[in-house]
Amino acid sequence: MKIHEYQAKELLREFGIPTTEGGVANSPKEAAAIAKGLGGRVVVKAQIHAGGRGKGGGVKVVNGEREAEAAAEAMLGKPLITYQTGPEGQIVSKVLVEGAVGIASELYLGMVVDRASERVAFMASTEGGVEIEKVAAETPDKILKEFVDPGVGLMPYQARNLAYGLGLEGKTASAAASFIMKLYRLFIEKDCSLAEINPLIITDKGDVMALDAKLNFDDNALYRHQELVDLRDLSEEDPSEVRASEFGLSYIKLDGNVGCMVNGAGLAMATMDIIKLAGGEPANFLDVGGGASEESVTNAFKIILSDENVRAVLVNIFGGIVRCDIVAQGVIAAAKNVDLKVPVVVRLEGTNADEGLRLIEKSGLNFETAKGLRAAAQKAVAAAGGVK
Amino acid sequence: MSILVGKDTRIVVQGITGREGTFHTRQCVDYGSAVVAGVTPGKGGQDMDKIPVFNTVAEAVRETGANASLIFVPPAFCQDAILEAAEAGVELVVCITEGIPTLDMVKAKEAIRYNSIRLVGPNCPGVITPGECKMGIMPGFIHKPGDVGVISRSGTLTYEAVAQLTELGIGQSTCIGIGGDPVIGSTFIDLLRLFNGDPGTRAVVMIGEIGGSAEEEAAAYIRDEMTKPVVSFIAGQTAPPGKRMGHAGAIIAGGKGTAAEKIKALEEAGVTVSHSPADIGTKIAEVLAE
Repeated sequence: MKIHEYQAKELLREFGIPTTEGGVANSPKEAAAIAKGLGGRVVVKAQIHAGGRGKGGGVKVVNGEREAEAAAEAMLGKPLITYQTGPEGQIVSKVLVEGAVGIASELYLGMVVDRASERVAFMASTEGGVEIEKVAAETPDKILKEFVDPGVGLMPYQARNLAYGLGLEGKTASAAASFIMKLYRLFIEKDCSLAEINPLIITDKGDVMALDAKLNFDDNALYRHQELVDLRDLSEEDPSEVRASEFGLSYIKLDGNVGCMVNGAGLAMATMDIIKLAGGEPANFLDVGGGASEESVTNAFKIILSDENVRAVLVNIFGGIVRCDIVAQGVIAAAKNVDLKVPVVVRLEGTNADEGLRLIEKSGLNFETAKGLRAAAQKAVAAAGGVK
Repeated sequence: MSILVGKDTRIVVQGITGREGTFHTRQCVDYGSAVVAGVTPGKGGQDMDKIPVFNTVAEAVRETGANASLIFVPPAFCQDAILEAAEAGVELVVCITEGIPTLDMVKAKEAIRYNSIRLVGPNCPGVITPGECKMGIMPGFIHKPGDVGVISRSGTLTYEAVAQLTELGIGQSTCIGIGGDPVIGSTFIDLLRLFNGDPGTRAVVMIGEIGGSAEEEAAAYIRDEMTKPVVSFIAGQTAPPGKRMGHAGAIIAGGKGTAAEKIKALEEAGVTVSHSPADIGTKIAEVLAE
């Protein structure tokens, strides 16, 4: 789960981590009021989940309340297009207004759960404000790393290694080490999957603070963090994906025209792949769950068909513990529950597959049956209008 | 021959009285697996289909000689269940549960690092040695005893591959679903090593997917040490970056973990990569015929 910058900074401050200060505004008037309170130069920052806001025009440094109001006016209610949003952009509904600070240097500090070492890892670099992937690709030796022993947690010497490694000295180094220790505590206590302070700034007074902050959380751990669930902004997510998650289905919208309904995430990905190999384009990823019950299939049809690009649907179910004839009955009943306007190719494999396919054929619905993955994909691509 | 489970495997099911636990215990027993005990704290002294239920895994091991634990408890209790099984002295722990917080697994994995147990999963279908022992939720009947090992991060895609093998008359030594989470017990390398040393395995099917670098690490092991042919398929060639494809671990992050990178690494290591999920069986038939 992702949250906004202003929410991430509130969490940082809760853990005693210094950040730039300001307020969040829903309207140009509110932005002006915050700017007036702060006085002098302020930064107006569009609050969307995607990165690359600065380059997309979503961050403006201005003088005084009038200019802040105008900057907010230019952002609020309008789409902000960045390299992460796609061409349609993301509508900005809030801006963060903060007092501008004098910056001596910009650094990078990031944390992830490193899958290879199975540990929480810190990454730090003097190349602040730059994407870490770019630094990693071009100058990997500029990235400092520390891996945390899960038994004892982050040791202070590791925080010092990072601080001194970044070239910091004296009180500034101590402040950076303290920042790092506190960020570790936040990461663990809030079940983060990623924390990124980019840039971490050293002010002209030698203070260390977060100028930007990105926090992602482990979806599997949200059951023990209602306070984080409350921060979720559904307007940042694809509406059909939100609806699917309410049904307990895993769905991701893609750009093609062959809808896919599959049980199991791996088989669902493989089904998308074989549609592409058959010359078509998948319209979505959808895992209908192991059981593929009538209810879940009905909901899955509704979500797939809400995408108007879909010209055909491929149902690919591997019936293991669940028998294919039961799955077929569910698919037929589900098809009657929804208004099916496109052809559906059904491929069943596993227990009682032949019996299931016979039921599908006898149903009198706009169904075609297939045996084997390749044949199913070819039929679905043909039904969707053929190879592109 | 086989790896991990066989005729001597004596299973204790943690969470045996829950809905999933009860259902799949019966399926395992029907397949012929020796389920000798169950554990549900507070229900010690009861039984489930005449299988004795204990309050603790230690007691179950002591009373029944169980040497492997199959876990069905809810995600919030899995870290505890895994460590309890490890401490009780079973050799193998298979955790089926999906949805365990990643940081719980980071800690659990560290805690069992110096223990002699082997953990498979979580978020996996389990382990089966066809004809001998089914320790998981996979449909037993699609399998056939034989000499091809199967390792996969997926569930139903594994069944798909196994069904293709069986359809071609090619049996399996042992099939393992290692799980779709970012931090898992046994990795591809751990199991490739076991298959490499198993005289009953002639070739291995390895099914990967986008996310992480486990396939690349496996490729290096295969190149340097594997003496048996490996056929691989990587799911998610059409997956968009930055999106979690169902499994918690199936995500292309920061441009890393793509199917193309993994396929390249595997092919460079001499692995036969099936670019279509429909050709996994025929590719194995080809390498076995060589």
